[in-house]
Amino acid sequence: MEKNLALVLLLSPFVGFLFNIFFGKKVSRTISGTIGTLTVVVSFLLSICFFAQLNQNGKPFEISLFDWIQVSNFKLDFGILLDQLSLLWLLFVTGIGSLIHLYSISYMHDDENMHKFFAYLNLFVFFMITLVVGSNLLVMFIGWEGVGLCSYLLIGFWYKNQSYNDAAKKAFIMNRIGDLGFLIGMFIIGSLFSSLNYTEIKQAITAGNENSAILGLAALCLFIGACGKSAQLPLYTWLPDAMAGPTPVSALIHAATMVTAGIFMVTRMNFLFDLTPDVQNIIAIVGAATALVAASIGLLQNDIKKVLAYSTVSQLGLMFLALGLGAYTVAVFHVITHAFFKACLFLGSGSVIHGLHGEQDMRKMGGLRKAMPITFWTMMISTLAIAGIFPFAGFWSKDEILMVAFEHNKVLWIVASIASIMTAFYMFRLMYLTFFKDFRGTEEQKHHLHESPSLMTIPLIILAILAIIGGAINLPGSMWLNHFLEPILSGKHEAHHLGMQEYMLMGIALAGALIGIIWANAKYIKQAFVPKEDSEIVGFNKTIYNKYYVDEFYTFLIVKPINGLANFFRTTLEPALGKVVFSLGTAANGLGTQGKKLHNGNIRLYLFAFVIGVCAIITYLFITHIAQ
Amino acid sequence: MNNILNEIGIENYIFLSVLLFCIGVFGVLYRRNAIVVFMSIEIMLNAVNLLFVAFSTYHQDTEGQVFVFFSMAVAAAEVAVGLAILVSVFRNLGSIDIDNLKNLKG
Repeated sequence: MEKNLALVLLLSPFVGFLFNIFFGKKVSRTISGTIGTLTVVVSFLLSICFFAQLNQNGKPFEISLFDWIQVSNFKLDFGILLDQLSLLWLLFVTGIGSLIHLYSISYMHDDENMHKFFAYLNLFVFFMITLVVGSNLLVMFIGWEGVGLCSYLLIGFWYKNQSYNDAAKKAFIMNRIGDLGFLIGMFIIGSLFSSLNYTEIKQAITAGNENSAILGLAALCLFIGACGKSAQLPLYTWLPDAMAGPTPVSALIHAATMVTAGIFMVTRMNFLFDLTPDVQNIIAIVGAATALVAASIGLLQNDIKKVLAYSTVSQLGLMFLALGLGAYTVAVFHVITHAFFKACLFLGSGSVIHGLHGEQDMRKMGGLRKAMPITFWTMMISTLAIAGIFPFAGFWSKDEILMVAFEHNKVLWIVASIASIMTAFYMFRLMYLTFFKDFRGTEEQKHHLHESPSLMTIPLIILAILAIIGGAINLPGSMWLNHFLEPILSGKHEAHHLGMQEYMLMGIALAGALIGIIWANAKYIKQAFVPKEDSEIVGFNKTIYNKYYVDEFYTFLIVKPINGLANFFRTTLEPALGKVVFSLGTAANGLGTQGKKLHNGNIRLYLFAFVIGVCAIITYLFITHIAQ
Repeated sequence: MNNILNEIGIENYIFLSVLLFCIGVFGVLYRRNAIVVFMSIEIMLNAVNLLFVAFSTYHQDTEGQVFVFFSMAVAAAEVAVGLAILVSVFRNLGSIDIDNLKNLKG
């Protein structure tokens, strides 16, 4: 019974995918979207059931569907593991997934390829569930690759625009670089322990006979995989470009779920990372650096979705900072609250873009507060949450990250705090430019301004409510999440007894957020400053506006040399090889022309040749026989 | 039987077979009439059969003779097919000169 339910949970979105890809064009758009949404809702409801059961008896549910690979002593099942961690992920993946599917019915309604959109979204949810519920690394890898594929398909959904296609390819290739790391890490673990099953690896590692250098290498490789998927330095540049996809995709894949796969994986393998403190240090430093760099780029972006994209990268950096410091629960907590408010923000920006008929430049927005009240208020709540204002969800989770950083390393704490102040600034800059002052677009746009339909605002409202109360799952007093995840994290406890220091840190974090807000308020409300045209930006601002020229640097360092090499192969090597192959063909042809002369149709000549041949063979056999 | 073999000697049978076989070979090589070529092939076949029987008797082993029966039966079938082909060739070309069969020239 449970096995069947688990299978339904896994396969329901896949059925939606099959339906939409094969029959989606034949039914109306509303039906196609409704079925796409319902299949995800089914998964969500089942996740709730499993979650309730697990919460009651505390026993993880593990089944093996079939034997998959068996080579000498290496054995692998295709198995499902529903434990605390995977169910937590399932809940918000399918839950937010359902809301975003619902939103997309309305958002994508005018698109002729809507059935394809829903097919890809369903496929994405299926692969994400696979990633989360797999009981070993290889099943996770299937999901890992699958979500990468869906991300590629959805970024390039409007495939008629070449730059969108380029963005899709960029995302795919950068993910592949990370995936190579994941693969190598997986191979190392497989060869060390002859198993990829989490439980077995955990037992083998905690038994502790392995060389820590090799374990460190495996952990580092896995982390490179996480870097690619979760957009950390130096592989983050694909995520901002991924905003080329439709906005619900940005909300689901590039903010709430797929990009958190790296954090899921590191948390899953926490027993490995715990034994490799050097790698943990690297993770913490990379996370903090990413948080700072991405936040600083976000300060000056003018595209509403780009700001949110850099904000996502920055928040992911904070999560990795927590992971690197061994505070897995804190990272997971921030993943969940971040999923709530970032999904809400992206959907809100989608609502704004919808209202302005595709305009994404904040310089041409402004004053939308009156025209789109629901969008404004939900986004305002989420902005307060991401900025870390008491008592919204983001305050609790971000505050814990800062606390952990403060305990371990003051430098990391300062970096993370600066990133948080920047976060508050750029988020309020976004809000002020979009919703306050006067409208700066064309008269026609102003005329058409309207609030989005209720199918779009309902998910916004639900997510905004979650952004308010989401912090409740791990309040400093109750620490529900900590207790819940304890079996996964092998008894590590990051409990904060609330002392003087903690209250002070909370106060500092809150003050930092307020500084960011006041700063933004002074600049964009009091001075009514509107960002200048691209050509007028000068000095260091220009460097930041152009994202520190990282893309240009990669182009110079990697893309150009590869293109040069390809060009060399094409213009020099290929013709040369072609000549060799062609001359072989000519030679064979010449030989055939000569041989043709033998085949002159004279039967007696054939017979003569035949007899001579037989004689020759007999003579040869005779001679060799005598020689013996 | 043994007496005959003893009187004449195995080597004479071999000489006769080789002679017959060579006659066959040269017949195949030098004649243009397809029927004669065909007959030459039969001579070669029978030369081999003769050798078979001779050795069979020499070794006191009947297997060789059984073999000859088989080969004669097969040869009969082969002759039937071959002659049918010849008839067909004659109908198409109006002659059975093998030098005329040049349609497969490369």
